[in-house]
Amino acid sequence: METAEKTNGQTPVLVRGLHKAFGDQVVLNGIDLTVASGETLAVLGRSGTGKSVLLKIIIGLEKSDSGSVSIHGQEITGIGADKLNETRRKMGFLFQQAALYDSLTVEENVDFPLKHNTSMPDSERRDRVQQLLKSVGMEDALKKMPSDISGGMQKRVGLARALALDPDILLLDEPTAGLDPITSGEIDELILKMQKEHAMASIVVTHDLQSAKTIASHLALLNEGNIVIEGAFADLEKSDDKFVTDFMRRDD
Amino acid sequence: MLQALPRMFLAELRLVSSMSISANSNTGIFGGFFEWFGELGIFSWWVLRAAVTPPYEFRELARQVDEIGSKSFPLVAVAGAAIGAILSLETRDSLVRFGAKSLLPAAVVFSIIHEIGPIITGLIVCGRVGAGIGAELGSMKVTEQIDAIEVSAVSPYRLLAATRVLACMLVLPLLTLAADFFGVVMAWLADALSDPISFRQFIHSGFNSFNFNDFLPPTFKTAVFGLIIGLVASFMGMRTRGGTEGVGRTATNSVVLSSLFVILADVIMVKLIVIFFPS
Repeated sequence: METAEKTNGQTPVLVRGLHKAFGDQVVLNGIDLTVASGETLAVLGRSGTGKSVLLKIIIGLEKSDSGSVSIHGQEITGIGADKLNETRRKMGFLFQQAALYDSLTVEENVDFPLKHNTSMPDSERRDRVQQLLKSVGMEDALKKMPSDISGGMQKRVGLARALALDPDILLLDEPTAGLDPITSGEIDELILKMQKEHAMASIVVTHDLQSAKTIASHLALLNEGNIVIEGAFADLEKSDDKFVTDFMRRDD
Repeated sequence: MLQALPRMFLAELRLVSSMSISANSNTGIFGGFFEWFGELGIFSWWVLRAAVTPPYEFRELARQVDEIGSKSFPLVAVAGAAIGAILSLETRDSLVRFGAKSLLPAAVVFSIIHEIGPIITGLIVCGRVGAGIGAELGSMKVTEQIDAIEVSAVSPYRLLAATRVLACMLVLPLLTLAADFFGVVMAWLADALSDPISFRQFIHSGFNSFNFNDFLPPTFKTAVFGLIIGLVASFMGMRTRGGTEGVGRTATNSVVLSSLFVILADVIMVKLIVIFFPS
């Protein structure tokens, strides 16, 4: 009910005809995507095929050459900074390398979006940060600096920061990249748990097929700027397309 | 030397044009040069808008004033003192030769307060603070920390650039006062060691024909130096590319360009001060 009120019942993420090129290199060539509340879309593809660029366009960090991105019915291409920030408050973003502020403690990192976007009193914010860090299993690292914790822990803290404003859209850029299989599994479980608790629309960019299989409700495989196939994991496994079979087999 | 000047100018032109983000092989040196200034102009507008519209980042501004001011103070004080002593020793020799030794306090105080104090402070802050801001924001850029600020619905222009630019503008005149003070004290000491003169007498002779037009415009012109240093270093830092190598390049280029622009701005402002604030 609360989510429906917050989102006016509009589709959380609607991408239509998205084009992006860097010089002569076309990375997105007319991408269409729809992600509904409670759904998780995994965007797969080879390195350098524009998966991260797609996420950055959706949150307004990159500008597309053409096409539209609509967040809860609000077109974000070409809107002003204030409107864009209003939309961003409904979105959480986990960066590939976590991108924690290295001069702030873990606690201050998670507090950052709250401090700058809410009028919550200090004590309330402190409780919220502790609750967020507890939910990602990092409640003991409050006063640690990002450089003092491992890559997996940084991802957990990054996830807590992404969830700080209670977003209804979560964008995850390679959440398991550079992590060992056990830590990757833990991060996947954590993402699943968060999705269940918050019922968000999520887009996960990854080339970790195992992770995509675990956390995504449907997948889209990107190649040369186009979506080659979109569907459930089983649909990708059944596909006869040479690129799809090559991509799926390589991971075995 | 004169033949080398056009080559030096061309080197600076190449440096600036090579740093334009959108510069490509088609734009050439001059195209890249104008693109760079265009991008700097747009960046300055965003920073100005962020600085004058709420919410204001007072806590970050205070942190930057402390960071830039208190940590630059010892260097500026030592440089001001050294220049004061050198100026006193060098000028004394010339004045004695022309039988005008009694003019020494006025000549030294006038030189320090009018030009040497402000420009030395400007250049020292270019080196220490320009490199620091460029490297700090550059490493934040390449590790996506600036993007993380943006996705948290916070303007990096407001939080990172505007606070640093304002801090530089506030701190530079204060540091200039410190450089002037230590310069004048050391000039007196250097003079008094060879020909005893009381500090009171030195100050009296030095400031005898001084008025506010001799003191305020040269001191407050350093706020413009602060604007230049803060803007150029923040601009360079926030558009850094190319990992750690890029961060190193940004730090160096921030110092080179802000020093160059401070010197050029000084030439223009000295002329404007002569016109609008005659002694």
